[in-house]
Amino acid sequence: MSEVLSFPKRETLPLAIGPSPMPLELRHLAFQADSIAILMGIDLKLDTDALTVLMGPNGAGKSVFLRLLHGLIKPTFGEVLWNGEPACAATRKQQALVFQKPVLLRRSVKANLSFALGLRPFQNRKQRLQSALDSAGLADLADRPAHVLSGGEQQRLALARALILEPKVLFLDEPTANLDPASTLLIEQTIQRVRQQGVKVILVTHDTHQARRLAEDVLFMHRGRLIEHSSAQTFFDRPAMREARAYLDGEILV
Amino acid sequence: MQDFAQSFVLAGQLVVSGDPALAEIVALSIQVTLTALVISALIGLPLGALLAVARFPGSATLSVLANALMGLPPVVVGLLVYMMLSNAGPLGVLGLLYTPTAMIIAQAVLITPIIIALTRQVIADLNRSYAETFKSMVVPAHTAIAALIWDARFSLLTVLLAGFGRAIAEVGAVMIVGGNINHVTRVMTTAIALETSKGELALALALGFVLLLMALSVNAAVALLRQTDRSAVHV
Repeated sequence: MSEVLSFPKRETLPLAIGPSPMPLELRHLAFQADSIAILMGIDLKLDTDALTVLMGPNGAGKSVFLRLLHGLIKPTFGEVLWNGEPACAATRKQQALVFQKPVLLRRSVKANLSFALGLRPFQNRKQRLQSALDSAGLADLADRPAHVLSGGEQQRLALARALILEPKVLFLDEPTANLDPASTLLIEQTIQRVRQQGVKVILVTHDTHQARRLAEDVLFMHRGRLIEHSSAQTFFDRPAMREARAYLDGEILV
Repeated sequence: MQDFAQSFVLAGQLVVSGDPALAEIVALSIQVTLTALVISALIGLPLGALLAVARFPGSATLSVLANALMGLPPVVVGLLVYMMLSNAGPLGVLGLLYTPTAMIIAQAVLITPIIIALTRQVIADLNRSYAETFKSMVVPAHTAIAALIWDARFSLLTVLLAGFGRAIAEVGAVMIVGGNINHVTRVMTTAIALETSKGELALALALGFVLLLMALSVNAAVALLRQTDRSAVHV
């Protein structure tokens, strides 16, 4: 992909790493569905605003992990603590999640954004709406029904809708899966911009190239366990675990 | 055979000339059914949507009940409303029996379960795709329900048309509670029944034409809306 379209190198990075706007702590986190263990024994602290990338093969439990962090599902055991407070509607209000397959309202692009704006007590909505449309490159499509947009445009709209809520934490579940390089680039640029603004980004991706471009902090999951947590440099240069090495080398990991 | 053919000609003339007796009956039918539909929609749309998105004590029972009551026999509804409104009944003091209001009540009772059950189905389908996103965005329940109703508006319009079609075509309930009084509670279906039994086939047929035309246009509208809905969603 990088041969076809040259992604800008991280000239501005590494960014200064500061404290997270919403420090996260996981204690003995486990999740079971129908008494099948999906996640087990996860202890973790994320207290910087470094961009965290979560990697691992399919079925490792990444999406479930993200939903647990966001409080969409409740852990079977253990705790998810944001600023020491269990994940709930109040913490969710300060976060946003962009799903792999965006769910958009059956309305226009503009109406999708203004629906989100209406959920929080924001001032000067018109201005916010316009700047969201502009920065997502959707201004020309504002009155189109969201469902006639292309996949890349839909994902940009989903991301714009998430960002218009001004989250402190942004979860992204494989946001560029099935997108072409141009759309991927636009989304990655947006992700880097919000990272610079101090938003804590937690990104799930299968694309190791993307992970290398964006990650400052890496979590690696395998079979429901969090087996590695290290800085991006360490992870990509000298992964500690055999599974992570195999995954990075492109071996098929089951 | 001569009589039979002549009835058709006469019926056609009645429709084309806009016969006042015919017009009065058609107008009352539409008025009664539209009013019943508005009442049923005001109850059925929010309740159906609520049953689709919320779980509260008795919500499952209500859903099953609404589904079961979709098949209410009109004569039974007529009988029950008659018993409520008759002089001996609990609402007898209101003196509503044999008035258009009584017919509106009967039709509303008949179609409210239909609106509830179909709305619940439509909204539940849409909510399956919206629920997780709404939970993530922390959308309050009333905003979520309003959004679901609005986004399902095309499908819900077909639900309302189904209710309208059922109410305008039924005869049993309005016959019992309305009494088919000329110039007061005579609607298309009861008039057809009466005129047929009197042997006045021309007026019965003319009314039949109008009723048929309405039923066909309602169904055509439903088909058209479904198509619009599908193309709006799946392009």
